[in-house]
Amino acid sequence: MSTSTQTREPAAAELTTGGRRFGDQIFRGLSTSAGLVILTALFLVAAFLLWQAWPALVADPADVRGGKGLVHYIAPLLVGTVMAALIALLTALPLSIGIALFISHYAPRRLASALGYLVDLLAAVPSVIFGLWGITVLGPGMIPVQGGLVDYLGWLPFFGGTSSPRSMLVTGLVLGIMILPIMTAVNREVFLQTPRLHEEASLALGATRWEMIKQAVFPFGKSGIISGAMLGLGRALGETMAVAIILSPSVRYTSVLNTSGNPGTIAADIALNFPESSGIDVNTLVASGLVLFFLTLVVNMFARWIVSRRSEFSGAN
Amino acid sequence: MSKQIDVKDLNIYYGDFLAVQDVSTTIAPRSITALIGPSGCGKSTFLRALNRMHEVIPGAKVKGSVELDGQDMYGRGVDPVLVRRKVGMVFQKPNPFPTMSIKENVLAGVKLNNKRIKKSEAEELVESSLKGANLWNEVKDRLDKPGSGLSGGQQQRLCIARTIAVKPEVVLMDEPCSALDPISTLAVEDLMAELKNDYTIVIVTHNMQQAARVSDKTGFFNIEGTGKPGKLVEYDETSKIFNNPSEKATEDYISGRFG
Ligand SMILES: Nc1ncnc2c1ncn2[C@@H]1O[C@H](COP(=O)(O)OP(=O)(O)OP(=O)(O)O)[C@@H](O)[C@H]1O
Ligand SMILES: [Mg+2]
Repeated sequence: MSTSTQTREPAAAELTTGGRRFGDQIFRGLSTSAGLVILTALFLVAAFLLWQAWPALVADPADVRGGKGLVHYIAPLLVGTVMAALIALLTALPLSIGIALFISHYAPRRLASALGYLVDLLAAVPSVIFGLWGITVLGPGMIPVQGGLVDYLGWLPFFGGTSSPRSMLVTGLVLGIMILPIMTAVNREVFLQTPRLHEEASLALGATRWEMIKQAVFPFGKSGIISGAMLGLGRALGETMAVAIILSPSVRYTSVLNTSGNPGTIAADIALNFPESSGIDVNTLVASGLVLFFLTLVVNMFARWIVSRRSEFSGAN
Repeated sequence: MSKQIDVKDLNIYYGDFLAVQDVSTTIAPRSITALIGPSGCGKSTFLRALNRMHEVIPGAKVKGSVELDGQDMYGRGVDPVLVRRKVGMVFQKPNPFPTMSIKENVLAGVKLNNKRIKKSEAEELVESSLKGANLWNEVKDRLDKPGSGLSGGQQQRLCIARTIAVKPEVVLMDEPCSALDPISTLAVEDLMAELKNDYTIVIVTHNMQQAARVSDKTGFFNIEGTGKPGKLVEYDETSKIFNNPSEKATEDYISGRFG
């Protein structure tokens, strides 16, 4: 019985590598450290924000700018940030999906590549340009439109009062146009990746092109669309320049979007006030930055959660 | 439920390249027709022209006519979408929708065109289609699990169930068993023999035994050389093609002296 183990020969030399492969190890080390660098950077940023914000967190409310405490200072800004970003996302999401679909599935090939190129170009336009365009062109141009919204949709809580060219609505729209190219670019890539097999499966069942898109393209691209939206949302949440130029902020809360009565956004508020701040005011601004930091984290985690919810059905297997 | 296909002077092009030349033939209802021939001779191209699926490929076009019980599917004003509802297709690689459950996959075609069906009807249809595809017993306890979690052979039968759920007149199959093991292949072949009672079936295969086993008629496609168009060289009763073909090229091909 013991012969079988005793007669086993040593492994042939050509089948052993004498340990692990050198290249594999290097690559593994590189990718692991890259991952660690990101985590460390994230941690350091959070730690820095917390450390700098701490004095404001523990300060006497009367000392904080505005005189009513930190929460009173940051809450309207948080609301303003979320409002502007939501308007931007609501404008850009359907538009970017539409444009991307046109490029990937409807346009003739020549037109499609020209359009795709144009979209990529637009993505590189700096935000200050969008801001200037918003304040000089879109804002004044939106006055009659906003007036019309008040007239016809005034029964909604979003429209009423005297329209301003520097309203939350105009700001959100400019942000939406700003994040449109990047979202379109992502969506286009995702739609182009749809496996031909699934598209043909759908068409062979007698689907129209739109039905095929609903059946094969959207389900396949869902997580990509969400990632693109998060990319855009991230940019909209953190956008400083365009908002600082256009929005004329106040510290009231209102759901009305077409007046100049909305609070500003965290990012623009920091940019506008940081140069003249000192002492506790700096800490206050950093504290608002900390809130923005957590907001983007939460938004991203929520998006990941949405994507992973039905990962069993993602087709990755 | 089952229709005759009349192909007249069909030429199929990819851009300027003539891929299939001058095919004229008649495919009888309630029969299985096998298409055989060397690689690149235009079998898939021809098959796709039978339900206008070639139009998905940019630049592909046909000349000639394909009639379904006398109705030209390339006639003026004919909607390819409606053609494909009558002429279903099963592909070489199983392609269930990965984002859908087994049940949703079966109903995918039925729910198109904004059609609503009652829950009870849907359930009956799922059961009858899966039974029709010999898959019911294997999946009846996991209808809500993703279709992509099945084995390759099961996925292919799911695709067949999905195709027959829309109750087409004709079912086209492009090498439906080439990715399957012998047992799944037999299951699909048995299924074809049953489906023949209700549908006109056209199948492309590289497997001679399969063609001989399942088909009533066989068509042999061939090309003279690369860049030349493919032609339907011989089309006859399967027994005749395999035992006593009239063309030399056919005989060479089936006896393995070619391609
Ligand atoms: N999308 C396409 N664009 C251009 N030419 C194509 C395309 N698809 C096929 N062809 C050409 O048409 C000819 C016929 O191809 P087809 O796929 O119909 O062959 P086949 O008989 O199905 O071959 P196989 O047995 O390998 O599947 C070939 O010369 C092929 O190169
Ligand atoms: Mg083929």
